[in-house]
Amino acid sequence: MQNEEIIRKINQLLIDEIEIDEKQISPTADLKKDLGIDSLDFVDLFVIIENNFGFKMKVEEMVDVRSLQDFYGYITKNVNPNNQ
Amino acid sequence: MQRVVITGMGIYSVIGKNLTEVRESLYAGKSGVIFDPRRKEMGFRSALTGMVDRPQLKGVLDRRLRVGLPVHGEYAYISTLEALQNANIDQTFLDNREIGILFGNDSSAVPVVESVDILRQKKDTMMIGSGYIFQSMNSTISMNLSVIFRLKGINFTISGACASGSHAIGIGYLLIKQGLQDIIICGGAQEINAESTASFDALNAFSIRESEPAKASRPFDRDRDGLVPSGGAGTVILESYESAMRRGATIYGEVIGYGFSSNGEHISMPNVDGPVKAMQKALSDAGIRSHEIDYINAHATSTPAGDSNEAKSIDAVFGSSKPLVSSTKSMTGHEMWMGGASEVIYSTLMMNHSFVAPNINLENVDEFTAILNIATQTTPMEIRAFLSNSFGFGGTNSSLIIRKM
Repeated sequence: MQNEEIIRKINQLLIDEIEIDEKQISPTADLKKDLGIDSLDFVDLFVIIENNFGFKMKVEEMVDVRSLQDFYGYITKNVNPNNQ
Repeated sequence: MQRVVITGMGIYSVIGKNLTEVRESLYAGKSGVIFDPRRKEMGFRSALTGMVDRPQLKGVLDRRLRVGLPVHGEYAYISTLEALQNANIDQTFLDNREIGILFGNDSSAVPVVESVDILRQKKDTMMIGSGYIFQSMNSTISMNLSVIFRLKGINFTISGACASGSHAIGIGYLLIKQGLQDIIICGGAQEINAESTASFDALNAFSIRESEPAKASRPFDRDRDGLVPSGGAGTVILESYESAMRRGATIYGEVIGYGFSSNGEHISMPNVDGPVKAMQKALSDAGIRSHEIDYINAHATSTPAGDSNEAKSIDAVFGSSKPLVSSTKSMTGHEMWMGGASEVIYSTLMMNHSFVAPNINLENVDEFTAILNIATQTTPMEIRAFLSNSFGFGGTNSSLIIRKM
């Protein structure tokens, strides 16, 4: 899967599943402060990511994931490990 | 001691999704019972059930406030919204006062089944997601609604089997009477699904009159063959008379008596003495005599033993005055955890609109039920005060008395 496609898919999942306002979606948006994703939403993201990208997110790897750009990077790295 | 009044009601039931629809159904004697083919496919002895549409809350409530709600929590959200509107209470009022919540609920089976199904399939708890824990606990209704409406008073769930909703109102009444709370959102909620009723179906307690769903729930009738499970949610706003007066609230009735007892015998077989004691205690608490009760909303679920024993109990307490009796379960089916609250709402609607709803499907009484004065037709009449009975597994009994103001 191309990185652009992954990013498009993540955005759509955030809009459809976590019900983030489309207008808030921007690479620099802070997941917690700007998008309002709380600890319980992260629990749901674990399920959403595994169901849609086929890998398990790890809590300990999420420590440095703060912005949406960080999140895109984390997902693409796991989906396309050889492209990094 | 504070006087306790009802200043708001809301209902989401198999005979109507709001107070107006429900009042019309009660007057018309309309049944909300259907045949659910899925239950037959699953191996149920009886596929009969009350049924109501699932509310659509997407776009109404934020996702975070929705994901922890089981379906019967959605029913309860709708009934509570209506009750608060009916009481003329808005969110600003809720934010500035110490308002409590006491809901009757005794199961939330589907979230338990679904989350365990995920675990069995995925073998990873992280695949269960965040909502199921809040959906699956017995306290799910009070837990969720207290967050949605930002309540800051008493907050817990009463699990008393099929008397849960009635005990919730009873306990709320006692707390306000004691001056410990001014306003409490009370009610009952009941899930409608095969998963929660399968083990109950196993007891051979459900009617199997599947060819005539609307005639299956027939409390007090000679040919009754069991209850019909049902559900929904009902909400009653209980308030101190003083608080109601201060804000100029409409008063729909005054809660004047709560009587309770436990049979101390069989887990599922009802008796006569327990209900007699609950009704006598309610009368004593209310400080009125039996002839001052004009209407009894019976627990009567349409089981052979339960209805007979309740008939004997009512006769033992009210034999000299013979008030009009009906079981609204003839229309709704057995709303279980919700029934004690919804039946107070049904009866209060009748009291405020001067009629007694019919005990539909009563075609022939038997030797036990013949001793009662049962309303077989919609009966226009003034109700000064009514008594509502609710009994449950384990022999828990609750009787509430509400009077017109």
